[in-house]
Amino acid sequence: MTISPAPPILRRDEDLSYEISHLRALESEAIHVIREVAAELERAVLLFSGGKDSAVLLHLARKAFHPGALPFPVMHVDTGHNFPEVIEYRDRMVEDLGARLIVASVQDSIDSGRVVEENGPRSSRNRLQSVTLLDAIEEHGFRAAFGGARRDEERARAKERIMSFRDDFGQWDPKGQRPELWNLYNGFVKPGEHVRVFPLSNWTELDVWQYIAEEEIDLPPIYFAHERQVFKRDGMLYAVSEFVELLPDEEPFDEFVRFRTVGDMSCTGAVASKATTLQDVVAEIAATRITERGETRADDRISEAAMEDRKKEGYF
Amino acid sequence: MATGAATNGRPRPVRTSELVRFATAGSVDDGKSTLIGRLLFDTKSIFEDQLEHVEETSKRRGDGYVNLALLTDGLRAEREQGITIDVAYRYFHTPRRKFIIADTPGHEQYTRNMVTGASTADLALILVDARKGVLEQSRRHAFIASLLRIPHLVVCVNKMDLVDFDEEVFERIRSEFTGWAAKLDIHDMTFIPISALHGDNVVERSERMAWYDGPSLLYHLEHVHVASDRNLQDARFPVQWVTRPMSDELHDYRGYAGEVASGVLRKGDEIVVLPSGRTTRIAGIDTYDGELDEAYPPLSVTLRLEDDIDVSRGDMICRPQNRPVEAKDIDAMVCWMSERPLSPTGRYRIKHTSRTALAKVDQVIYRIDVNSLHREEQAEALQLNEIGKLRLRLSSPLFVDEYRRNRMTGSFILIDESTNDTVGAGMVL
Repeated sequence: MTISPAPPILRRDEDLSYEISHLRALESEAIHVIREVAAELERAVLLFSGGKDSAVLLHLARKAFHPGALPFPVMHVDTGHNFPEVIEYRDRMVEDLGARLIVASVQDSIDSGRVVEENGPRSSRNRLQSVTLLDAIEEHGFRAAFGGARRDEERARAKERIMSFRDDFGQWDPKGQRPELWNLYNGFVKPGEHVRVFPLSNWTELDVWQYIAEEEIDLPPIYFAHERQVFKRDGMLYAVSEFVELLPDEEPFDEFVRFRTVGDMSCTGAVASKATTLQDVVAEIAATRITERGETRADDRISEAAMEDRKKEGYF
Repeated sequence: MATGAATNGRPRPVRTSELVRFATAGSVDDGKSTLIGRLLFDTKSIFEDQLEHVEETSKRRGDGYVNLALLTDGLRAEREQGITIDVAYRYFHTPRRKFIIADTPGHEQYTRNMVTGASTADLALILVDARKGVLEQSRRHAFIASLLRIPHLVVCVNKMDLVDFDEEVFERIRSEFTGWAAKLDIHDMTFIPISALHGDNVVERSERMAWYDGPSLLYHLEHVHVASDRNLQDARFPVQWVTRPMSDELHDYRGYAGEVASGVLRKGDEIVVLPSGRTTRIAGIDTYDGELDEAYPPLSVTLRLEDDIDVSRGDMICRPQNRPVEAKDIDAMVCWMSERPLSPTGRYRIKHTSRTALAKVDQVIYRIDVNSLHREEQAEALQLNEIGKLRLRLSSPLFVDEYRRNRMTGSFILIDESTNDTVGAGMVL
C-alpha cells in the first residue's frame, strides 16, 4: 500500500459501515475510560448498588476486559435497608461474573460509633453511606472507585469530571477540578487520595434504558411493574417495609408500581406503572416529563444543593 | 420529543441516532445560558420538576421572567453569583441526533474551560450580542475554536429582538466577524440571527426575520455533517491494555485492547508495532459481542496479532507505510491551565494517547496575544489562560501526528510532577 502525501478526506456518508450509533459511541467511551483506570491506577474497585446504572457499568467493565476476567473487585455499600430483590440480584450478578464482592456495611459504621443513626419516620441512612464508603476505600487502599453516576441526573453532577479527584479526606472540590481534555485522563494521585470514575457521565437515563434493552442486561425485578404494598408521602409512593415508620395519617395500600431508581427502601419512591417488560419501561421513560431523582428520591429534596453538599463530603 | 419516542409502543431504533458534541461560548450576559435553556426547553428535554424549580428560583430572585439560565448553573456559588464557574455538560435528543453540550463560561479567567470543552467538540457555538457586536471575547473564542480545530463554527447573533430584528445589524456583525476570522483556520462558519429569550430562529424559523433565508439553529445542528470529520485514513491504535486471560480454555490468548484513534483496521492487515518496529498481521478484531471485520474510530476493540511479538501498554499499532512521527523533541501550541505559571526550566509529565513520559521545556518560542493574534517572541513563561508555542524535550519518544491532521494522536496534556494537576493542554505542530 502506498500513501499519497495528502489523501482526500474519505466521504463514506452513504456507506453506513463507518457510522456509529450514539449508544455505541457512549459504550466505546466508557470502555476506554474503564481500561485507562485499570491500567494506570494501582487498586480500583467498582461500586455496585444493584441499580440499573451500576448494572450497565458492570456490563461495560465485563466488555472492556473480555475475554479476560475483571481486574478489580466489586463493592456494595450496604445500608442494611435494601430491597431484598436487589441483594439477590447483586449476588447472582457477582457470581455469574466470577468477581470478588466486598460489602461495606453502614450498620458496622453505626455499631463502631463512626456514625450516628438518624431517628424518626423520615430518617434515612443515605448520608451515612459517605463515611462507610470512604472508610472502605481507605481500608482497602483503593486509588480509584468506579461509580454509575450520570451528569444528567442532577445539577451538581453536571459539573463533575469523568475522572474526579478526591483529596485525602475524600472531598470533592467543584471549583478546583482538574481540566479534562480530549480522551486523556490524569489519574495521578498521592497516597490517601483517590479518584472517582464515572464512565456513564455522558449517558442520559434514556440512553441507559435503551442500552439495557439493546444489550438485554439483567436487572432486579423491582424495575418492572409489580403489585406491592405502598404508602403515600409528600406526593411520592414508598414501599411499606420494616425500615420506614408510618406517620399517623399514612395508610398502606396495594398498587402496581415499578422503581425508577434503586436506593434505600427508606428514601426511594416508586411510580405507578403497568410496564412489565423492558420495551414497556423504555416507552414510559421516553414519555416521562419528570426526572428520575425528582420523581423518586427523597434524598435530593432536602435543599437546592443537597447533592452538591453530599458530594463534597465524599458521597457517590 | 426526545428520541426514543414510542412508535407502536416500541422505542425508535437507536441506530439512526448520531452523537454530536458541541461547545458553547459567549461573554457574560450575552445569553448563552438562556440559549441552552431554550434549546433544552423547546426540544422538551427539560422535565417538569426542573422547570418548576427554575420558576420558583426565578421568582425568589425577582427575575421577573422564567430565567432559563438557572437550568444550567449547577453549583451553589454559581446561583448565588449569577455566573457560570465550570464547564457544565447538558444533553438533549432529537429524533436524528443525541447532543452533548459542553457549556463553558465566558469570563476571561476561564479560557481554560473553553479549551477543555472545545477539545472534544464537533462544533463550536459562539454567541455575539447584536447590540454590542464582535467583542474581544468573541474573537478569543473563535481563535480557541480554530486552535482546537473544531470542524464547524456557528456564530449566533443573539438579542436580535433588541435591535428590531434589523438585517443591517446582522450583516455588519457577520462581515466584521468574517473579516477577522480570515486570519484563522476555520473551514465551516455559519451565521444565524436569533433571539434566545423569545426563541426566534432557535428551533423554528422566525417570522420576524423574513430576510434571513438560512436554517434555524436546531435544524443546522441536526444536519451539519460530522461523520467525515474523523480521520479515517491514518490507522492509529494506541494499546491501552494487554488481555491475557490465562484460563484453561484461553491459555494462549493475547489481545491488545484499545480505542481506534484514527483510520480503519481490518483483519489481515499488515501492521507495525511502535516502538519495537516489529511487523505482523491482524489475526482478529475481538469484542465482547463477537469478531469484527474492521474497526474504526471511536470503537473500543481488542486486536489479536498473528505473531507472538512483544506488545505492551503505550505501544502504537499502525500500518508499516503510514506511521506517526517518533518524536523526542516536539513543537506544540500549549494552553496553560494552572495558577502556577509554566516554568521555563520546568519538568512535567506528558500524557499522549496511552503513553506517559517526562517533558522538559526547551524553549518558549512565542506567546500569542489571543486578542490581536500577535506573536510575542520575548515571552519566557506562560501564565494561566495564556497560549504559546513551546519546544519540549521528551524523556522517551512519543508517536505523534500533527494535531491539524489528527486530533487524537496530536494532542497531549502536561501534568505537574509535584501537585499532579493537569497544567497544560498541548497540540503538536
